Amino acid sequence: MTDDASIHVAGLEKAFGRTAVLRGVDLDVTAGTVYALLGPNGAGKTTMVRILSTLIPPDAGRAKVAGFDVVREADRVRGAISLTGQYAAVDELLTGEENLVMMGRLGGLGRAGARTRAHELLDRFGLGGAARRRVATYSGGMRRRLDLAAGLVTRPTVLFLDEPTTGLDPRSRQEMWAAVTELTREGVTVLLTTQYLEEADRLADRIAVIDGGRVVAEGTPDELKRGAPGECVELRFATEDDYRQAAAVLAGAGVHPAPEELLLTVDADGSVGQIKSLLDRLDRHDAVIDRLVLRKPTLDDVFLTLTGHQTQPEEIHR
Amino acid sequence: MTVQSPPRAPAPRIARAFADSATMTGRSLRRVLRAPDSLLIGVLLPILLLLLFVYVFGGAIRTDGDYIDYVVPGVVLLCAGYGAAITAVSVHNDMTNGVIDRFRSMPITRSAVLVGHVLASLARNLFATFLVLLTALLVGFRPEAGLLDWGAVIGLVLLYVLAVSWVSVCLGLVARSADGASGFSFFVLFLPYLSSAFVPPETMPAVLRAFSEHQPITPITETVRALMMQGTAGDQALVALAWCVGILVVAMVVAQRLFERRTAR
Repeated sequence: MTDDASIHVAGLEKAFGRTAVLRGVDLDVTAGTVYALLGPNGAGKTTMVRILSTLIPPDAGRAKVAGFDVVREADRVRGAISLTGQYAAVDELLTGEENLVMMGRLGGLGRAGARTRAHELLDRFGLGGAARRRVATYSGGMRRRLDLAAGLVTRPTVLFLDEPTTGLDPRSRQEMWAAVTELTREGVTVLLTTQYLEEADRLADRIAVIDGGRVVAEGTPDELKRGAPGECVELRFATEDDYRQAAAVLAGAGVHPAPEELLLTVDADGSVGQIKSLLDRLDRHDAVIDRLVLRKPTLDDVFLTLTGHQTQPEEIHR
Repeated sequence: MTVQSPPRAPAPRIARAFADSATMTGRSLRRVLRAPDSLLIGVLLPILLLLLFVYVFGGAIRTDGDYIDYVVPGVVLLCAGYGAAITAVSVHNDMTNGVIDRFRSMPITRSAVLVGHVLASLARNLFATFLVLLTALLVGFRPEAGLLDWGAVIGLVLLYVLAVSWVSVCLGLVARSADGASGFSFFVLFLPYLSSAFVPPETMPAVLRAFSEHQPITPITETVRALMMQGTAGDQALVALAWCVGILVVAMVVAQRLFERRTAR
Protein backbone atom coordinates (compact mmCIF):
# COMPACT_ATOMS: atom_id res chain seq x y z
CA MET A 1 0.00 0.00 0.00
CA THR A 2 1.25 3.47 -0.81
CA ASP A 3 1.53 6.25 1.70
CA ASP A 4 -1.24 8.84 2.02
CA ALA A 5 -0.38 11.93 0.12
CA SER A 6 2.19 10.82 -2.39
CA ILE A 7 2.16 10.96 -6.17
CA HIS A 8 3.48 8.12 -8.30
CA VAL A 9 3.62 8.37 -12.05
CA ALA A 10 4.96 5.73 -14.41
CA GLY A 11 5.23 5.83 -18.19
CA LEU A 12 2.60 8.50 -18.63
CA GLU A 13 1.77 9.33 -22.25
CA LYS A 14 -0.73 11.70 -23.77
CA ALA A 15 -1.30 13.00 -27.28
CA PHE A 16 -3.81 15.49 -28.62
CA GLY A 17 -4.51 14.46 -32.16
CA ARG A 18 -1.11 13.85 -33.71
CA THR A 19 0.77 16.01 -31.24
CA ALA A 20 2.44 13.96 -28.52
CA VAL A 21 2.39 16.11 -25.40
CA LEU A 22 3.69 13.61 -22.85
CA ARG A 23 6.10 10.93 -24.04
CA GLY A 24 6.58 8.64 -21.07
CA VAL A 25 6.90 10.57 -17.83
CA ASP A 26 7.95 8.97 -14.55
CA LEU A 27 7.71 10.86 -11.27
CA ASP A 28 7.66 10.12 -7.58
CA VAL A 29 6.62 12.77 -5.11
CA THR A 30 7.08 12.01 -1.44
CA ALA A 31 4.18 12.92 0.83
CA GLY A 32 4.51 16.29 2.49
CA THR A 33 7.01 17.75 0.05
CA VAL A 34 6.85 20.43 -2.62
CA TYR A 35 7.64 19.24 -6.11
CA ALA A 36 8.05 21.57 -9.06
CA LEU A 37 7.56 20.78 -12.73
CA LEU A 38 9.78 23.30 -14.44
CA GLY A 39 9.65 23.93 -18.14
CA PRO A 40 8.71 26.29 -20.92
CA ASN A 41 5.23 26.71 -22.31
CA GLY A 42 4.15 23.69 -24.27
CA ALA A 43 6.46 21.33 -22.39
CA GLY A 44 3.54 19.29 -21.10
CA LYS A 45 3.33 20.66 -17.55
CA THR A 46 -0.32 21.61 -17.66
CA THR A 47 -1.30 18.36 -19.35
CA MET A 48 0.50 16.51 -16.57
CA VAL A 49 -1.48 18.39 -13.92
CA ARG A 50 -4.73 17.85 -15.79
CA ILE A 51 -4.16 14.11 -15.85
CA LEU A 52 -3.16 13.93 -12.19
CA SER A 53 -6.20 15.96 -11.15
CA THR A 54 -8.48 13.56 -13.12
CA LEU A 55 -9.58 16.14 -15.69
CA ILE A 56 -8.36 14.10 -18.63
CA PRO A 57 -7.31 10.44 -18.88
CA PRO A 58 -3.80 9.47 -19.98
CA ASP A 59 -3.31 7.50 -23.20
CA ALA A 60 -0.84 5.14 -21.54
CA GLY A 61 0.94 4.67 -18.25
CA ARG A 62 -0.30 4.82 -14.69
CA ALA A 63 -0.67 7.53 -12.11
CA LYS A 64 -1.57 7.26 -8.46
CA VAL A 65 -2.44 10.26 -6.34
CA ALA A 66 -3.00 9.94 -2.60
CA GLY A 67 -2.97 6.18 -3.08
CA PHE A 68 -5.72 6.12 -5.70
CA ASP A 69 -5.53 5.45 -9.41
CA VAL A 70 -6.42 8.62 -11.32
CA VAL A 71 -8.48 6.69 -13.86
CA ARG A 72 -10.12 3.84 -11.98
CA GLU A 73 -10.58 5.67 -8.67
CA ALA A 74 -11.02 9.19 -10.02
CA ASP A 75 -13.73 10.12 -7.56
CA ARG A 76 -11.57 9.16 -4.57
CA VAL A 77 -8.66 11.11 -6.00
CA ARG A 78 -10.96 14.13 -6.31
CA GLY A 79 -11.86 13.77 -2.66
CA ALA A 80 -8.21 14.09 -1.67
CA ILE A 81 -6.88 16.81 -3.99
CA SER A 82 -7.40 20.38 -4.95
CA LEU A 83 -6.51 22.09 -8.19
CA THR A 84 -5.60 25.74 -8.59
CA GLY A 85 -5.23 26.47 -12.25
CA GLN A 86 -3.55 29.11 -14.35
CA TYR A 87 -6.70 31.17 -14.43
CA ALA A 88 -8.03 32.19 -11.04
CA ALA A 89 -11.17 30.06 -10.90
CA VAL A 90 -13.07 32.30 -8.55
CA ASP A 91 -16.36 33.96 -9.24
CA GLU A 92 -15.90 37.68 -9.83
CA LEU A 93 -19.49 38.55 -9.14
CA LEU A 94 -19.49 36.85 -5.74
CA THR A 95 -17.70 38.08 -2.64
CA GLY A 96 -14.61 36.33 -1.35
CA GLU A 97 -16.66 34.87 1.46
CA GLU A 98 -19.39 33.61 -0.86
CA ASN A 99 -16.81 31.94 -3.08
CA LEU A 100 -15.33 30.00 -0.19
CA VAL A 101 -18.68 29.13 1.36
CA MET A 102 -19.78 27.72 -2.00
CA MET A 103 -16.66 25.56 -2.15
CA GLY A 104 -17.39 24.35 1.36
CA ARG A 105 -20.97 23.46 0.47
CA LEU A 106 -19.79 21.58 -2.63
CA GLY A 107 -17.27 19.83 -0.42
CA GLY A 108 -20.04 18.54 1.78
CA LEU A 109 -19.76 21.00 4.68
CA GLY A 110 -22.92 22.27 6.35
CA ARG A 111 -23.92 25.91 6.12
CA ALA A 112 -22.33 26.87 9.44
CA GLY A 113 -19.28 24.70 8.91
CA ALA A 114 -18.67 26.19 5.47
CA ARG A 115 -18.90 29.70 6.88
CA THR A 116 -16.48 29.01 9.74
CA ARG A 117 -13.98 27.42 7.40
CA ALA A 118 -14.32 30.31 4.94
CA HIS A 119 -13.45 32.89 7.58
CA GLU A 120 -10.58 30.82 8.88
CA LEU A 121 -9.03 30.77 5.41
CA LEU A 122 -9.81 34.38 4.57
CA ASP A 123 -7.98 35.50 7.71
CA ARG A 124 -5.09 33.20 7.05
CA PHE A 125 -4.54 34.53 3.55
CA GLY A 126 -4.86 38.14 4.57
CA LEU A 127 -8.26 38.59 2.95
CA GLY A 128 -10.32 39.02 6.12
CA GLY A 129 -10.89 42.71 5.42
CA ALA A 130 -12.04 42.02 1.87
CA ALA A 131 -14.31 39.10 2.75
CA ARG A 132 -17.51 40.91 1.86
CA ARG A 133 -16.23 42.65 -1.22
CA ARG A 134 -16.87 41.32 -4.68
CA VAL A 135 -13.89 39.53 -6.16
CA ALA A 136 -14.09 41.89 -9.17
CA THR A 137 -12.60 44.56 -6.89
CA TYR A 138 -9.65 42.36 -5.83
CA SER A 139 -6.11 42.83 -7.13
CA GLY A 140 -4.51 40.06 -9.15
CA GLY A 141 -2.57 38.88 -6.12
CA MET A 142 -5.65 38.82 -3.89
CA ARG A 143 -7.49 36.80 -6.50
CA ARG A 144 -4.78 34.18 -6.64
CA ARG A 145 -4.69 33.94 -2.87
CA LEU A 146 -8.45 33.55 -2.76
CA ASP A 147 -8.13 30.93 -5.46
CA LEU A 148 -5.58 29.10 -3.36
CA ALA A 149 -7.83 29.39 -0.31
CA ALA A 150 -10.78 28.05 -2.33
CA GLY A 151 -8.76 24.95 -3.03
CA LEU A 152 -8.07 24.43 0.66
CA VAL A 153 -11.62 24.59 1.97
CA THR A 154 -12.05 20.83 1.91
CA ARG A 155 -8.65 20.16 3.49
CA PRO A 156 -6.99 18.34 0.59
CA THR A 157 -3.87 16.27 1.19
CA VAL A 158 -2.46 16.83 -2.30
CA LEU A 159 -2.44 20.24 -3.91
CA PHE A 160 -1.88 20.99 -7.61
CA LEU A 161 -0.82 24.53 -8.45
CA ASP A 162 -0.60 25.21 -12.15
CA GLU A 163 1.65 28.26 -12.68
CA PRO A 164 0.51 29.90 -9.46
CA THR A 165 2.33 33.20 -10.04
CA THR A 166 2.27 33.66 -13.80
CA GLY A 167 1.23 37.20 -14.56
CA LEU A 168 1.62 38.48 -11.00
CA ASP A 169 3.66 41.52 -10.05
CA PRO A 170 6.77 40.88 -7.92
CA ARG A 171 5.09 41.77 -4.65
CA SER A 172 2.07 39.55 -5.21
CA ARG A 173 4.45 36.81 -6.24
CA GLN A 174 6.28 37.11 -2.93
CA GLU A 175 2.97 36.93 -1.06
CA MET A 176 1.92 33.87 -3.02
CA TRP A 177 5.24 32.19 -2.25
CA ALA A 178 4.77 32.89 1.43
CA ALA A 179 1.29 31.37 1.26
CA VAL A 180 2.57 28.20 -0.40
CA THR A 181 5.43 27.87 2.06
CA GLU A 182 2.90 28.21 4.86
CA LEU A 183 0.90 25.33 3.43
CA THR A 184 3.75 22.93 3.45
CA ARG A 185 4.12 23.37 7.19
CA GLU A 186 0.87 21.49 7.52
CA GLY A 187 2.23 18.50 5.69
CA VAL A 188 0.29 19.01 2.48
CA THR A 189 1.91 17.62 -0.65
CA VAL A 190 2.26 20.26 -3.34
CA LEU A 191 2.91 19.69 -7.02
CA LEU A 192 3.39 22.98 -8.81
CA THR A 193 4.28 23.90 -12.36
CA THR A 194 6.31 26.94 -13.20
CA GLN A 195 8.35 28.60 -15.91
CA TYR A 196 10.48 30.40 -13.36
CA LEU A 197 13.65 28.84 -12.07
CA GLU A 198 13.59 31.22 -9.13
CA GLU A 199 10.13 30.07 -8.13
CA ALA A 200 11.03 26.40 -8.25
CA ASP A 201 14.20 27.23 -6.35
CA ARG A 202 12.34 29.08 -3.60
CA LEU A 203 9.51 26.62 -3.10
CA ALA A 204 10.42 23.14 -4.20
CA ASP A 205 12.18 20.30 -2.40
CA ARG A 206 12.70 18.62 -5.74
CA ILE A 207 12.38 19.77 -9.33
CA ALA A 208 11.71 17.91 -12.54
CA VAL A 209 12.69 19.82 -15.67
CA ILE A 210 10.25 18.97 -18.42
CA ASP A 211 10.86 19.55 -22.08
CA GLY A 212 9.04 18.19 -25.09
CA GLY A 213 6.92 15.89 -22.93
CA ARG A 214 9.85 14.24 -21.17
CA VAL A 215 11.61 14.70 -17.86
CA VAL A 216 15.08 15.84 -18.92
CA ALA A 217 16.47 16.37 -15.42
CA GLU A 218 15.37 15.69 -11.89
CA GLY A 219 16.78 16.59 -8.53
CA THR A 220 17.01 19.15 -5.75
CA PRO A 221 17.33 22.79 -6.78
CA ASP A 222 21.02 22.79 -5.86
CA GLU A 223 21.73 19.70 -7.90
CA LEU A 224 20.09 21.27 -10.93
CA LYS A 225 21.81 24.60 -10.63
CA ARG A 226 25.17 22.94 -10.43
CA GLY A 227 24.48 21.72 -13.94
CA ALA A 228 23.76 25.22 -15.19
CA PRO A 229 26.35 27.85 -16.09
CA GLY A 230 27.06 30.09 -13.13
CA GLU A 231 27.00 33.83 -12.88
CA CYS A 232 29.14 35.87 -15.21
CA VAL A 233 30.22 39.46 -15.72
CA GLU A 234 29.79 41.03 -19.12
CA LEU A 235 32.23 43.84 -19.89
CA ARG A 236 31.49 46.00 -22.87
CA PHE A 237 33.97 48.50 -24.28
CA ALA A 238 33.50 51.67 -26.27
CA THR A 239 36.67 51.49 -28.37
CA GLU A 240 38.74 48.74 -29.92
CA ASP A 241 41.81 49.96 -28.03
CA ASP A 242 40.14 49.56 -24.68
CA TYR A 243 38.87 46.14 -25.68
CA ARG A 244 42.27 44.93 -26.83
CA GLN A 245 43.96 46.31 -23.74
CA ALA A 246 41.44 44.61 -21.44
CA ALA A 247 41.54 41.32 -23.33
CA ALA A 248 45.33 41.28 -22.93
CA VAL A 249 45.15 42.05 -19.19
CA LEU A 250 42.48 39.49 -18.41
CA ALA A 251 43.47 36.75 -20.84
CA GLY A 252 43.18 33.36 -19.21
CA ALA A 253 40.68 30.75 -18.06
CA GLY A 254 37.09 31.81 -17.56
CA VAL A 255 37.26 34.72 -19.99
CA HIS A 256 35.27 34.46 -23.21
CA PRO A 257 36.18 37.10 -25.78
CA ALA A 258 33.80 38.38 -28.44
CA PRO A 259 35.87 40.89 -30.46
CA GLU A 260 33.17 41.79 -32.99
CA GLU A 261 30.99 43.04 -30.15
CA LEU A 262 33.84 44.49 -28.07
CA LEU A 263 32.53 42.21 -25.33
CA LEU A 264 34.36 40.15 -22.72
CA THR A 265 32.39 37.64 -20.67
CA VAL A 266 34.08 36.60 -17.44
CA ASP A 267 32.89 33.71 -15.29
CA ALA A 268 31.99 35.01 -11.85
CA ASP A 269 31.50 33.41 -8.46
CA GLY A 270 29.06 36.08 -7.36
CA SER A 271 31.45 37.66 -4.83
CA VAL A 272 32.09 41.40 -4.61
CA GLY A 273 35.81 40.74 -4.12
CA GLN A 274 36.17 39.11 -7.49
CA ILE A 275 34.50 41.96 -9.32
CA LYS A 276 36.50 44.54 -7.43
CA SER A 277 39.82 42.92 -8.30
CA LEU A 278 38.67 42.64 -11.90
CA LEU A 279 37.92 46.35 -12.06
CA ASP A 280 41.15 47.26 -10.27
CA ARG A 281 43.26 45.33 -12.77
CA LEU A 282 41.59 47.01 -15.72
CA ASP A 283 41.90 50.39 -14.07
CA ARG A 284 45.59 49.94 -13.54
CA HIS A 285 46.03 49.38 -17.29
CA ASP A 286 43.74 52.22 -18.32
CA ALA A 287 41.24 50.01 -20.06
CA VAL A 288 37.99 51.97 -19.80
CA ILE A 289 34.87 49.87 -19.42
CA ASP A 290 31.82 51.26 -21.14
CA ARG A 291 29.23 49.00 -19.49
CA LEU A 292 29.22 46.22 -16.91
CA VAL A 293 26.45 43.68 -16.49
CA LEU A 294 26.26 40.94 -13.87
CA ARG A 295 24.27 38.00 -15.22
CA LYS A 296 22.63 35.22 -13.20
CA PRO A 297 21.82 31.80 -14.61
CA THR A 298 18.38 31.91 -16.16
CA LEU A 299 15.95 29.18 -17.02
CA ASP A 300 17.26 29.57 -20.54
CA ASP A 301 20.78 28.75 -19.37
CA VAL A 302 19.57 25.69 -17.48
CA PHE A 303 17.63 24.70 -20.51
CA LEU A 304 20.42 25.25 -22.91
CA THR A 305 22.66 23.08 -20.79
CA LEU A 306 20.10 20.35 -20.21
CA THR A 307 18.48 20.14 -23.60
CA GLY A 308 20.87 21.81 -25.98
CA HIS A 309 18.18 24.16 -27.26
CA GLN A 310 16.47 27.35 -26.25
CA THR A 311 13.09 27.36 -24.61
CA GLN A 312 10.44 26.94 -27.25
CA PRO A 313 8.04 29.66 -28.19
CA GLU A 314 4.62 29.36 -26.70
CA GLU A 315 2.25 26.58 -27.63
CA ILE A 316 -1.15 27.91 -26.83
CA HIS A 317 -3.30 25.75 -24.65
CA ARG A 318 -7.06 25.71 -25.31
CA MET B 1 -4.16 -0.19 5.06
CA THR B 2 -3.57 3.41 6.00
CA VAL B 3 -5.57 5.18 3.35
CA GLN B 4 -7.00 8.34 4.75
CA SER B 5 -10.68 8.64 4.15
CA PRO B 6 -11.57 11.46 1.77
CA PRO B 7 -12.87 14.57 3.55
CA ARG B 8 -16.25 14.05 2.02
CA ALA B 9 -18.22 11.03 3.22
CA PRO B 10 -19.64 9.09 0.27
CA ALA B 11 -23.18 10.37 0.55
CA PRO B 12 -25.82 8.66 -1.59
CA ARG B 13 -25.36 9.69 -5.20
CA ILE B 14 -28.84 11.14 -5.57
CA ALA B 15 -28.65 13.21 -2.39
CA ARG B 16 -25.28 14.50 -3.49
CA ALA B 17 -26.59 15.39 -6.94
CA PHE B 18 -29.46 17.34 -5.40
CA ALA B 19 -27.26 19.18 -2.93
CA ASP B 20 -24.68 20.04 -5.60
CA SER B 21 -27.34 21.22 -8.06
CA ALA B 22 -28.91 23.38 -5.36
CA THR B 23 -25.55 25.00 -4.59
CA MET B 24 -24.89 25.60 -8.28
CA THR B 25 -28.37 27.06 -8.80
CA GLY B 26 -27.75 29.43 -5.91
CA ARG B 27 -24.49 30.44 -7.53
CA SER B 28 -26.11 31.09 -10.92
CA LEU B 29 -28.98 33.05 -9.39
CA ARG B 30 -26.59 35.19 -7.35
CA ARG B 31 -24.60 35.91 -10.46
CA VAL B 32 -27.73 37.07 -12.28
CA LEU B 33 -28.75 39.35 -9.43
CA ARG B 34 -25.24 40.81 -9.30
CA ALA B 35 -25.32 41.65 -13.01
CA PRO B 36 -28.70 43.32 -13.11
CA ASP B 37 -28.25 44.89 -16.54
CA SER B 38 -28.77 41.64 -18.42
CA LEU B 39 -31.64 40.70 -16.13
CA LEU B 40 -33.19 44.08 -16.76
CA ILE B 41 -32.94 43.60 -20.51
CA GLY B 42 -34.45 40.13 -20.21
CA VAL B 43 -37.44 41.62 -18.40
CA LEU B 44 -37.78 45.06 -19.96
CA LEU B 45 -37.51 44.07 -23.60
CA PRO B 46 -40.46 41.64 -23.56
CA ILE B 47 -42.54 44.28 -21.76
CA LEU B 48 -41.57 46.90 -24.32
CA LEU B 49 -42.36 44.50 -27.12
CA LEU B 50 -45.73 43.77 -25.58
CA LEU B 51 -46.52 47.49 -25.54
CA LEU B 52 -45.15 47.89 -29.05
CA PHE B 53 -47.32 45.13 -30.40
CA VAL B 54 -50.40 46.26 -28.55
CA TYR B 55 -50.19 49.97 -29.27
CA VAL B 56 -48.18 50.25 -32.49
CA PHE B 57 -48.66 47.14 -34.63
CA GLY B 58 -51.80 45.85 -32.98
CA GLY B 59 -54.10 48.32 -34.66
CA ALA B 60 -53.09 47.09 -38.09
CA ILE B 61 -53.35 43.37 -37.32
CA ARG B 62 -56.73 41.76 -37.68
CA THR B 63 -57.50 38.88 -35.31
CA ASP B 64 -60.60 37.39 -33.75
CA GLY B 65 -61.24 39.42 -30.61
CA ASP B 66 -58.87 41.97 -29.03
CA TYR B 67 -55.31 41.89 -30.34
CA ILE B 68 -53.88 42.01 -26.82
CA ASP B 69 -55.63 38.76 -25.99
CA TYR B 70 -54.09 37.33 -29.14
CA VAL B 71 -50.53 38.50 -28.57
CA VAL B 72 -49.86 37.86 -24.86
CA PRO B 73 -49.03 34.14 -25.23
CA GLY B 74 -46.50 35.02 -27.90
CA VAL B 75 -44.78 37.61 -25.74
CA VAL B 76 -44.64 35.12 -22.87
CA LEU B 77 -42.83 32.67 -25.13
CA LEU B 78 -40.58 35.48 -26.35
CA CYS B 79 -39.28 35.98 -22.80
CA ALA B 80 -37.60 32.59 -23.00
CA GLY B 81 -35.65 33.81 -26.02
CA TYR B 82 -34.17 36.73 -24.12
CA GLY B 83 -33.31 34.47 -21.20
CA ALA B 84 -31.56 32.12 -23.63
CA ALA B 85 -28.81 34.63 -24.35
CA ILE B 86 -28.03 35.10 -20.66
CA THR B 87 -27.86 31.33 -20.09
CA ALA B 88 -25.72 30.69 -23.16
CA VAL B 89 -23.23 33.41 -22.19
CA SER B 90 -22.92 32.27 -18.57
CA VAL B 91 -22.36 28.66 -19.63
CA HIS B 92 -19.76 29.82 -22.13
CA ASN B 93 -17.97 31.89 -19.47
CA ASP B 94 -17.88 28.97 -17.07
CA MET B 95 -16.36 26.77 -19.73
CA THR B 96 -13.59 29.20 -20.60
CA ASN B 97 -12.45 30.85 -17.37
CA GLY B 98 -11.08 27.84 -15.55
CA VAL B 99 -13.86 27.49 -13.03
CA ILE B 100 -15.08 24.34 -14.74
CA ASP B 101 -11.71 22.66 -14.18
CA ARG B 102 -11.96 23.31 -10.49
CA PHE B 103 -15.48 21.90 -10.30
CA ARG B 104 -14.49 18.85 -12.30
CA SER B 105 -11.54 18.19 -10.02
CA MET B 106 -13.89 18.08 -7.03
CA PRO B 107 -15.95 15.08 -5.97
CA ILE B 108 -19.20 16.68 -7.09
CA THR B 109 -21.85 15.63 -9.55
CA ARG B 110 -20.60 16.59 -13.00
CA SER B 111 -23.92 17.71 -14.42
CA ALA B 112 -24.59 19.97 -11.41
CA VAL B 113 -22.99 23.00 -13.09
CA LEU B 114 -25.27 22.74 -16.13
CA VAL B 115 -28.33 21.90 -14.04
CA GLY B 116 -27.59 24.99 -11.95
CA HIS B 117 -27.66 27.18 -15.04
CA VAL B 118 -30.90 25.62 -16.24
CA LEU B 119 -32.70 25.99 -12.91
CA ALA B 120 -31.54 29.60 -12.57
CA SER B 121 -32.81 30.20 -16.09
CA LEU B 122 -36.20 28.76 -15.11
CA ALA B 123 -36.42 31.06 -12.10
CA ARG B 124 -35.41 34.09 -14.15
CA ASN B 125 -37.95 33.33 -16.86
CA LEU B 126 -40.76 32.78 -14.39
CA PHE B 127 -40.00 36.21 -12.96
CA ALA B 128 -40.00 37.81 -16.42
CA THR B 129 -43.20 36.01 -17.40
CA PHE B 130 -44.90 37.16 -14.23
CA LEU B 131 -44.00 40.79 -14.94
CA VAL B 132 -45.14 40.52 -18.56
CA LEU B 133 -48.49 39.10 -17.48
CA LEU B 134 -48.86 41.81 -14.87
CA THR B 135 -48.19 44.51 -17.46
CA ALA B 136 -50.58 42.83 -19.86
CA LEU B 137 -53.34 42.87 -17.25
CA LEU B 138 -52.68 46.56 -16.64
CA VAL B 139 -53.07 47.43 -20.31
CA GLY B 140 -56.26 45.50 -20.85
CA PHE B 141 -55.49 41.79 -21.15
CA ARG B 142 -58.60 39.91 -20.01
CA PRO B 143 -57.91 36.19 -19.79
CA GLU B 144 -60.80 33.84 -19.20
CA ALA B 145 -58.79 30.94 -17.86
CA GLY B 146 -59.87 29.01 -14.78
CA LEU B 147 -57.53 27.75 -12.09
CA LEU B 148 -56.99 24.46 -13.89
CA ASP B 149 -56.26 26.26 -17.17
CA TRP B 150 -53.69 28.47 -15.45
CA GLY B 151 -52.07 25.38 -14.00
CA ALA B 152 -51.82 23.93 -17.49
CA VAL B 153 -50.44 27.21 -18.87
CA ILE B 154 -47.75 27.35 -16.20
CA GLY B 155 -46.91 23.70 -16.76
CA LEU B 156 -46.55 24.09 -20.52
CA VAL B 157 -44.59 27.36 -20.31
CA LEU B 158 -42.26 25.80 -17.73
CA LEU B 159 -41.69 22.82 -19.99
CA TYR B 160 -41.02 25.13 -22.93
CA VAL B 161 -38.61 27.28 -20.93
CA LEU B 162 -36.88 24.15 -19.67
CA ALA B 163 -36.41 22.94 -23.24
CA VAL B 164 -35.15 26.36 -24.39
CA SER B 165 -32.79 26.54 -21.41
CA TRP B 166 -31.16 23.26 -22.34
CA VAL B 167 -30.87 24.44 -25.93
CA SER B 168 -29.17 27.59 -24.57
CA VAL B 169 -26.77 25.42 -22.60
CA CYS B 170 -25.89 23.66 -25.86
CA LEU B 171 -25.33 27.02 -27.55
CA GLY B 172 -23.09 28.13 -24.71
CA LEU B 173 -21.08 24.91 -24.99
CA VAL B 174 -20.69 25.21 -28.76
CA ALA B 175 -19.82 28.91 -28.92
CA ARG B 176 -16.17 29.87 -29.20
CA SER B 177 -16.76 33.35 -27.78
CA ALA B 178 -19.24 35.12 -25.54
CA ASP B 179 -20.46 37.14 -28.50
CA GLY B 180 -21.00 33.92 -30.39
CA ALA B 181 -22.95 32.44 -27.50
CA SER B 182 -25.19 35.46 -27.38
CA GLY B 183 -25.47 35.58 -31.18
CA PHE B 184 -26.58 31.97 -31.52
CA SER B 185 -29.50 32.63 -29.24
CA PHE B 186 -30.82 34.97 -31.91
CA PHE B 187 -32.40 31.93 -33.55
CA VAL B 188 -34.31 31.09 -30.39
CA LEU B 189 -35.39 34.71 -30.27
CA PHE B 190 -36.47 34.86 -33.90
CA LEU B 191 -38.59 31.71 -34.05
CA PRO B 192 -41.73 33.22 -32.45
CA TYR B 193 -41.92 35.85 -35.19
CA LEU B 194 -42.34 33.14 -37.81
CA SER B 195 -45.22 31.52 -35.97
CA SER B 196 -48.79 32.33 -35.10
CA ALA B 197 -47.54 34.24 -32.04
CA PHE B 198 -47.96 37.76 -33.43
CA VAL B 199 -49.89 37.47 -36.66
CA PRO B 200 -52.20 34.77 -37.98
CA PRO B 201 -50.13 32.58 -40.38
CA GLU B 202 -52.89 32.78 -42.98
CA THR B 203 -51.57 36.24 -43.85
CA MET B 204 -48.05 35.00 -44.64
CA PRO B 205 -46.66 33.94 -48.05
CA ALA B 206 -47.08 30.21 -48.72
CA VAL B 207 -43.51 29.20 -47.83
CA LEU B 208 -43.44 31.08 -44.53
CA ARG B 209 -46.89 29.87 -43.73
CA ALA B 210 -45.87 26.25 -44.24
CA PHE B 211 -42.85 26.81 -42.02
CA SER B 212 -44.90 28.60 -39.41
CA GLU B 213 -47.45 25.82 -39.21
CA HIS B 214 -44.85 23.12 -38.74
CA GLN B 215 -42.53 24.72 -36.22
CA PRO B 216 -42.84 24.24 -32.44
CA ILE B 217 -43.83 27.79 -31.46
CA THR B 218 -47.15 27.72 -33.30
CA PRO B 219 -48.72 24.75 -31.50
CA ILE B 220 -47.33 25.97 -28.16
CA THR B 221 -48.72 29.46 -28.72
CA GLU B 222 -52.05 28.07 -29.88
CA THR B 223 -52.29 25.84 -26.82
CA VAL B 224 -51.44 28.63 -24.37
CA ARG B 225 -53.87 30.94 -26.16
CA ALA B 226 -56.62 28.36 -26.06
CA LEU B 227 -56.05 27.73 -22.37
CA MET B 228 -56.04 31.45 -21.55
CA MET B 229 -59.05 32.37 -23.65
CA GLN B 230 -61.27 29.35 -23.06
CA GLY B 231 -60.72 28.04 -26.56
CA THR B 232 -60.10 24.46 -27.55
CA ALA B 233 -56.51 23.42 -28.01
CA GLY B 234 -57.34 19.93 -29.25
CA ASP B 235 -54.53 18.17 -31.13
CA GLN B 236 -52.35 21.28 -30.87
CA ALA B 237 -51.83 20.58 -27.17
CA LEU B 238 -50.44 17.15 -27.91
CA VAL B 239 -48.25 18.48 -30.70
CA ALA B 240 -46.99 21.24 -28.39
CA LEU B 241 -46.22 18.73 -25.66
CA ALA B 242 -44.43 16.45 -28.11
CA TRP B 243 -42.27 19.33 -29.39
CA CYS B 244 -41.31 20.45 -25.88
CA VAL B 245 -40.45 16.97 -24.63
CA GLY B 246 -38.66 16.14 -27.88
CA ILE B 247 -36.52 19.29 -27.83
CA LEU B 248 -35.84 18.83 -24.12
CA VAL B 249 -34.60 15.26 -24.47
CA VAL B 250 -32.48 15.97 -27.54
CA ALA B 251 -30.98 19.13 -26.01
CA MET B 252 -30.12 17.34 -22.76
CA VAL B 253 -28.38 14.51 -24.58
CA VAL B 254 -26.54 16.90 -26.89
CA ALA B 255 -25.53 19.10 -23.93
CA GLN B 256 -24.04 16.09 -22.16
CA ARG B 257 -22.05 15.14 -25.27
CA LEU B 258 -20.85 18.69 -25.87
CA PHE B 259 -19.83 19.03 -22.23
CA GLU B 260 -17.72 15.90 -22.46
CA ARG B 261 -16.16 16.99 -25.72
CA ARG B 262 -15.45 20.47 -24.49
CA THR B 263 -13.70 19.18 -21.38
CA ALA B 264 -11.62 16.50 -23.10
CA ARG B 265 -8.47 18.63 -23.25
